[in-house]
Amino acid sequence: MSDQTTPSEEFEFTLDGRTVRARKGELLIAAAERAGTFVPRFCYHPRMSSVGVCRMCLVEVSGPRGATLMPSCFIEAAPGMEVTTDSDKVKKAQDGVLEFLLINHPLDCPVCDKGGECPLQDQTLAYGPGETRFVEEKRHFEKPIPISELVLLDRERCIQCSRCTRFAEEVAGEAQIDFIGRGEQIQVSTFPELPFTSYFSGNTVQICPVGALTASPYRFAARPWDLDQVESTCTTCSVGCRVAVQSSSNRLTRLLGIDIDPVNHGWLCDKGRFAADAVNREDRLVEPMVRKDGTLVAVSWHEALETVAKGLRAAVVEGADSLGVIGGARLTNEGAYAWARVAKGVLGTDSVDAQLGDGLPAELVLGLPRATIDQAASAATVVLLTGDVREELPVLFLRLRAAAVDGDLSLVELSPQATSLTAHAAVSLRYGPGDARALVDALVSDGTAPEAAKDADALAEGRRLLAEGPVVVVVGRPSLAEDAELVADAARALAEALPEARFLPALRRGNVLGALDMGLAPGILPGRVSLEAGRAWFAAAWGTLPEARGRGTAEILAAAAGDHAGGSPVTALVLLGSDPLTDFPDRRLARRALESAGFVVAVATAPGDVLEHADVVLPAAEAHERPGTTTNIEGRISRVGQKLVPPGQAWPDWMIAGELAVHLGHDLGFDSVGTVWDEIEQVAVSHRGITRTVLDSHGGADGVVAPLGSSPVSLSRREPLDPVAVPGVESVERQGASLQAGMASSPNASTAPAPGEPSAGAPVRPAMLSGVPELDVPHVSPADGYSVRLVASRVLYDGGSAVEAVPALAGLVGPGVLRVNPHDLDALGVAPGGEVRLRSTTATLVVPVEPDPSLPRKVVAADLNVPLGDGTVADLIDRAFPVVDLRMESL
Amino acid sequence: MAITDPPKIVTARIGHDDSHTLGRYLATGGYDGLRKALTMTPEAVAAEVDAASLLGRGGAGFPAGRKWSMLRKAPVTYLVVNGDESEPATFKDHLLVERDPHQLVEGVVIAAYALQVSQVFIFLRGEFALGLERVQAALNDAYAHGAVGRDIFGSGFSVDVVVHPGAGAYICGEETALLESLEGKRGFPRIKPPFFPAAIGLYGDPTVVNNVETMSNLPWILLNGGAAFAALGGGRSTGTRLFALAGHVNNPGVYELEMVTTTFNDLINAPVLGGGIPHGRGLKAFIPGGVSAPWFGPDQIDLPLGQDEVAEAGSMLGSGSVVVMDDHTCAVRAAWRITKFFSRESCGQCTPCREGSGWLERIMERIERGQGREEDLDLLLDACDNIAPGLTWPPQQTTICVLGPSIPSSISSAITMFRDEFLVHIKEGGCPYE
Repeated sequence: MSDQTTPSEEFEFTLDGRTVRARKGELLIAAAERAGTFVPRFCYHPRMSSVGVCRMCLVEVSGPRGATLMPSCFIEAAPGMEVTTDSDKVKKAQDGVLEFLLINHPLDCPVCDKGGECPLQDQTLAYGPGETRFVEEKRHFEKPIPISELVLLDRERCIQCSRCTRFAEEVAGEAQIDFIGRGEQIQVSTFPELPFTSYFSGNTVQICPVGALTASPYRFAARPWDLDQVESTCTTCSVGCRVAVQSSSNRLTRLLGIDIDPVNHGWLCDKGRFAADAVNREDRLVEPMVRKDGTLVAVSWHEALETVAKGLRAAVVEGADSLGVIGGARLTNEGAYAWARVAKGVLGTDSVDAQLGDGLPAELVLGLPRATIDQAASAATVVLLTGDVREELPVLFLRLRAAAVDGDLSLVELSPQATSLTAHAAVSLRYGPGDARALVDALVSDGTAPEAAKDADALAEGRRLLAEGPVVVVVGRPSLAEDAELVADAARALAEALPEARFLPALRRGNVLGALDMGLAPGILPGRVSLEAGRAWFAAAWGTLPEARGRGTAEILAAAAGDHAGGSPVTALVLLGSDPLTDFPDRRLARRALESAGFVVAVATAPGDVLEHADVVLPAAEAHERPGTTTNIEGRISRVGQKLVPPGQAWPDWMIAGELAVHLGHDLGFDSVGTVWDEIEQVAVSHRGITRTVLDSHGGADGVVAPLGSSPVSLSRREPLDPVAVPGVESVERQGASLQAGMASSPNASTAPAPGEPSAGAPVRPAMLSGVPELDVPHVSPADGYSVRLVASRVLYDGGSAVEAVPALAGLVGPGVLRVNPHDLDALGVAPGGEVRLRSTTATLVVPVEPDPSLPRKVVAADLNVPLGDGTVADLIDRAFPVVDLRMESL
Repeated sequence: MAITDPPKIVTARIGHDDSHTLGRYLATGGYDGLRKALTMTPEAVAAEVDAASLLGRGGAGFPAGRKWSMLRKAPVTYLVVNGDESEPATFKDHLLVERDPHQLVEGVVIAAYALQVSQVFIFLRGEFALGLERVQAALNDAYAHGAVGRDIFGSGFSVDVVVHPGAGAYICGEETALLESLEGKRGFPRIKPPFFPAAIGLYGDPTVVNNVETMSNLPWILLNGGAAFAALGGGRSTGTRLFALAGHVNNPGVYELEMVTTTFNDLINAPVLGGGIPHGRGLKAFIPGGVSAPWFGPDQIDLPLGQDEVAEAGSMLGSGSVVVMDDHTCAVRAAWRITKFFSRESCGQCTPCREGSGWLERIMERIERGQGREEDLDLLLDACDNIAPGLTWPPQQTTICVLGPSIPSSISSAITMFRDEFLVHIKEGGCPYE
């Protein structure tokens, strides 16, 4: 799919009598397709290795012994080659292959999910014989057998193309399905006692060219011809995979991956694919509610917004910091911007934070030179200073894995525990919580390595790989039981030692990068500028501005809970689609804060425990219910589409913010999501030039990386989708104009008038954040000899709302276990599978244990948001300490 | 000259009960060919084999010397010996691995020296329990004797030989499927081009794959010279060959015969060889080279046992298996049985063979059981044509490997030669021979 070949590497060959051009190394089937001749196929998939097994793509190729039938998916076009795709011999072969494929195929199309979008159906119609001559009994298997919680296999329909098994082995790297048997009895199977647990299993369903693999959530849910589609971007995490959103009768039926070169190559993770079903849940919030006499009562939007305006005004009268706004990563860029303007520009509070104690300092994320996913995949070295990428940003894992396995990428992993990428890492160095900076110092200078990383050879190899450019650092949160400033400090040390390195922030919440860009962080204003640098510019654009830097989520919650040493208390909280009770690592603090806050406004889409603490509930539209844009980890801005009408009176977030502003006495002038974007493009300096026209153009279909000019924008029209590679996705004809050269060039540095303001005497455009910020790195005391240090990591299927709301996924949340170095288990005298008692400053839990030799001594690890013994790991985390030390005892 | 006069090249020793032991082998000139080879340059050894014009004995009949010369030069190359003899009625390698394993080992080391490979794999059919035992024992003895391993006979040449038992799939006799299986993968044939073993073989390295019988000829050729070998036989078919005679003959078995100078008639009817058809019955048809070969009728019984002579007559000498059918044989049933074998042994990888073999088998069974229709004959031939376009010989193919075009041979032969017999099955609603 790459477009790297220069014209000099092109050559000519003859295709059906025409002279056409091919690129060096290009498969005949692809070269023919680019030349406008579609060769029918089943097993061929442009993102996987060719196997040439279905024999549907046979063409005649002239050779020394005359023209012979050759699989066009397996041989490369060559200069002067003479190829015939439409001779009688080819047509007879196509007829024959299709007849063979159909003899044992059940032809239960009327009850098959694939019927209507089936490559076997479609190509039989186009290339096959009209009638079957088969009168024997077909091969029979038990009708669908589940091969995982999500995927069912109908072996009668299978045509043995091996797309699914190749995907599992080549792309996901987990060969959990393979063929057994031979001849007619060959069948796809899982291994005995080993289920198909891949996080990417849904892709096998998507690329199956028949109805052999079906996904339980979509099974029998719709017929393809009843589906309608918009193109959008998945916001379940922040990778930004491009998707087709399909619905029927205002009900979302499924998501399919769309292949774009810079991001997802057509793949989706199962969480992204299936969690979208949450939008269909029956208990969605459909009307505004206000708490009256202790119970939430449905009211009009007018009354609800009036109540909110009154409550928030009362809070900020006592000081702007009395109001805290938490959340915003669920919103579109437009929603995030509108709320940032209401909070900072209308209410004057800077205590706004889209991250929930699980992120990184905003100045660091926005200031470090940003890498694209392509840059990471084509780098010489990627440093992993983050959690398990497969658990947090699954499709980024696929890209990095592919680059490490098939390409020249070397991975240097700095992590407290083994991850899914450890097996592919050139160097894997371990450290205990609090030691990340020391480990980086040992790598980039001659610091003393932490005990767990005292491997001179590995350190030397790591140093060698860091010296080889280009280097990309993936920085996230290896542990949520460790203060964010500690990993930020390590990232800062890397940035200072490697001035050419670029960074990819591994923050996983849907649009958290967009929310930070839009200013939903303390000390930050839209456009990646600091509060101080942007003061004059935004004073002109917005009028009011916060007087001083506000609080982040942890401090907001602490101040709401009464722990506001010296500062003012927080009396009012606005929760923008966030639920601190499940999202904030220190569970106890979140509960105390919500119980203590005087006035809580929840902008939410569905019920949850957090609503018990809300005084006003504002129902918001979900993903797929409102148009707008989202921003991924690269800073790539892409369209999200609206496919569904929001339920009841739920509104898009930008509209809620805009109407609230009116109730607060300020008309922001937003009358459509487009006008919000227009204002963003005008006032956010990082987004200058990324106009609606650019986003709507053909070149903008893959998204545009901000700031403009930092990454190439495709000017070409996207190649048409291959209906056999991705059955079910319709090519979307984009409405916008083709992007013209020049339209996507970097904007000039001239000042632009802020909206509604006179241009005379307009302020100078503020500088974007750049470089490494000041950090407030806490001191970490050495652990005492009796304690173990806690690592709290993420798993893909956790108890978060995205998973819990979807029946198909909720069952996949497993019970957690405490992972302990086996020597520590031995020292305690606890056998694997046994239990230990854990004591922290906040709780005591009895938890099951398993040995994990990848962990350093005296370091234990558990996953957040899954049940752990008689509690969860969040119960043990105390925000007051930079690392969490626990006493671990045998029972 | 009697048909038994020419020298026994590969079966000289098998009359002895202890023919498989190192003692008997050494007592009958064993490893002298290797000793001689080690005094020559590898190129000279290869030249000797080239001069012998030794055709591969696995079935395709490609000249062994030419095959060796096509080995791509690379830092690592392999020699793999194909002993996965699994076709019905083919059992000549079976004899060699059980009765003269040292001859095989010696041939392998000579070939390894000529090719300068340091690692050989002998892939033996897993069902050859005794053969596996004997080849392994012979190897162990040969290692102890200094004929395999480091610094063979003080020559400085070293090679390791590993015996690998197959796991019961006929398709692993196809050389690229064999390599896949050897690598620990499913026995799926590779697509040629580009996966010609001489260019991209075992573990991606250039590999020569030779048959057991081919290897077993090498000690004699080295001792007696390529010219002596080439002096036997005629045309391109030099030397002697093992023929596995099966079916309706009085003396089924393996016979080593000089090529070309001997005919099918000699093999089937000579009293010292096949001894004729039992019960005084007549010859209905015979398969000249394994069950994937087109059949011959009695009119072709005087064809010489020569590769090109059989090919020109429209079939192949193939694996050296000759199956005789007397005039009480049901052609439909015979072809059905062969089709059933290929259907069971299709690897299932590519569509025409996986689906076509099962379909053809079911149609053949239906006709044999008396439920055929006249249009089934055209259907059979057309479905065969979709696997082997044109039904020509040698066949073209829509499949990855040659197992696919092996399927139509017996069906198209049976229909062409015995169409009336099919019609009787159809009209009478059953098999006239039951």
